[in-house]
Amino acid sequence: MATATTSAKVKWGFLDAVVVVFALIPVLWIASLSFKTTPTLTDGNFIPRDWTLDNYKLIFQTDQFVRALINSIGIALIATAIAVVLGTMAAYAISRLDFPGKSLLVGVSLLIAMFPQVSLVTPLFNIERNIGLFDTWLGLILPYITFALPLAIYTLSAFFKQIPWDLEKAAKMDGATQGEAFRKVIAPLAAPGVFTTAILVFIFCWNDFLFAISLTSTERSRTVPAALSFFTGASQFEDPTGAISAAAVVITIPIILFVLFFQRRIVAGLTSGAVKG
Amino acid sequence: MADIVLDKVTKSYPDGTVAVHGIDLEIADGEFIILVGPSGCGKSTTLNMIAGLEDITSGELRIGGQRVNDKAPKDRDIAMVFQSYALYPNMTVRENMAFPLKLAKLDKATINQKVEEAARVLELTDYLDRKPANLSGGQRQRVAMGRAIVRSPKAFLMDEPLSNLDAKLRVQMRTQVSRLQKQLGTTTVYVTHDQTEAMTLGDRVVVMRGGHIQQVGDPQTLYDNPVNLFVAGFIGSPAMNFLPAAVEDSMLRTPLGDLPLGDRMKRTLGAGDAPRQLIVGIRPEHFEDAKLIDEAQRAKGFEFTAPVDLVESMGSDKYVYFTVEGEHAAAADLEDLAADAGGADLPPQDSLVTRLSAESRVRDGADARVWLNLDKIHLFDPRDGKNITLHEGRAAGVAAS
Repeated sequence: MATATTSAKVKWGFLDAVVVVFALIPVLWIASLSFKTTPTLTDGNFIPRDWTLDNYKLIFQTDQFVRALINSIGIALIATAIAVVLGTMAAYAISRLDFPGKSLLVGVSLLIAMFPQVSLVTPLFNIERNIGLFDTWLGLILPYITFALPLAIYTLSAFFKQIPWDLEKAAKMDGATQGEAFRKVIAPLAAPGVFTTAILVFIFCWNDFLFAISLTSTERSRTVPAALSFFTGASQFEDPTGAISAAAVVITIPIILFVLFFQRRIVAGLTSGAVKG
Repeated sequence: MADIVLDKVTKSYPDGTVAVHGIDLEIADGEFIILVGPSGCGKSTTLNMIAGLEDITSGELRIGGQRVNDKAPKDRDIAMVFQSYALYPNMTVRENMAFPLKLAKLDKATINQKVEEAARVLELTDYLDRKPANLSGGQRQRVAMGRAIVRSPKAFLMDEPLSNLDAKLRVQMRTQVSRLQKQLGTTTVYVTHDQTEAMTLGDRVVVMRGGHIQQVGDPQTLYDNPVNLFVAGFIGSPAMNFLPAAVEDSMLRTPLGDLPLGDRMKRTLGAGDAPRQLIVGIRPEHFEDAKLIDEAQRAKGFEFTAPVDLVESMGSDKYVYFTVEGEHAAAADLEDLAADAGGADLPPQDSLVTRLSAESRVRDGADARVWLNLDKIHLFDPRDGKNITLHEGRAAGVAAS
């Protein structure tokens, strides 16, 4: 028995290691590049021979990056907030109510999620230029919400379906109105789902490059992924790889913080104990 | 405290299915009434309509003399215990029990006092600060009860509250529920599919099937005088034995032998529209080892010999299974019973379950001489399931004159 357990542990340990290495090597590579000086960039060493923080100093000295970071944070947060609020309401209705057109709504939101975004870029570009949304925050927030909503609705309705309906009935029997039942009983239980969805949506908005590069033209609303592609070195003959790597590391940090912050709220099995099981 | 009256209450769904067909039921103030029936019989729908969780399609529901059809659950002042308990997992036991009182906007001191009081009655005082996830099944069940009793509602509704507990705990809780109800004297409507719970708990039992009430009465009446085949087969464990029978030469021909008919049965069966094929129903305890019967009793019964299939000694008495040759009793009611999960209680069709005295020396594999009490036999019409031995509401057996 003991040997079987040990060999199983070794096997699983090896598999885990492969997955972790596979996922982390590119990230560590970027991190490593960001600490290298320009001449040693291409030396192929995993651990930099010549450490420097110049790349980080450089990107924070340029207005370009700081401004883009502000745009990114603002746009992603606003889009996430709106998408999650709308998604929560829609998902609650979908999982709890039986209304005419319900399957149509679900179908259409699935359709949007499937829609190739590339095919929308040109029409969106023209529309936004004509109505004055081009190169504004709103011009990015709107398409982000559109594409984040199906994601939000799907994730959240799965969470709502896990909450036993009896709880809502019980709340009503205990004297709660529909609103009170939602606010005091359902919403606290749906919190992990809401946070999970918020993270997913935020990452989606944060990472987007296609809309960001197509629907912006200046620093006014350009987000970091788009701004990165405009990076140049200290002079135009210098290789900007180091600066780009540093910027890439910097923009990964908010995501990590965001996930770490909300992770504690995503406790699996928060609903355990409500019903038999 | 209030009485509950259901006046031709019907529930039908937009797709045309009718879950409850115009039921009439008067539940007295303080009464403990049980709705029992196989799954899909409309008992839970009826309860949900009383609760206000489902709309009433037609008919009227009155609680305490007041029409409440259009009132929201919160305005009906009734509490409900769910099968799943439906405890709020994000709240402690104390918060769970205080929830209805908080919604009623009582002050903190009163809430505390009421919660402590309920916790004391239900022996939950030590668990007040735990979350439901850290409680056992029985404790969760008690918290659910506690949440119902804290605000002293007009009535309690219970939807199979014990069915998630294991067998031993279920028996304990059954007694506790019964005692609690007597103590509080609150009108209680209790839904179950378990006939044992129904028999042991209720002041009155309502047997339902397919959205119709089959029979309403106190447990003993349902047991002794079932109005039809369904009630007869549903109430009682082990279930009543059913055998096919035919009327021939003023005798009742059954697989056990020819049973004599009394004058009254002869008259009933002599009528023009009387069925020729019948179903005989005999409860297990109405058999006895023929050796243990005294002469005076022997005359009132009928004796037959049958091979013993199996003997189960319960200590207080013996369950003896006999093999019976011949055809099986067939009727729509019996198929319904067999289809129900409670069908496990029904004896296999070709065996006869009897409950004999512990002194009986009957052995496996041997033939035994068995006596059966003719006064306690029921005869059913297989076409509509009606009990034709009922006379003025009481079963009189087949030999009565």
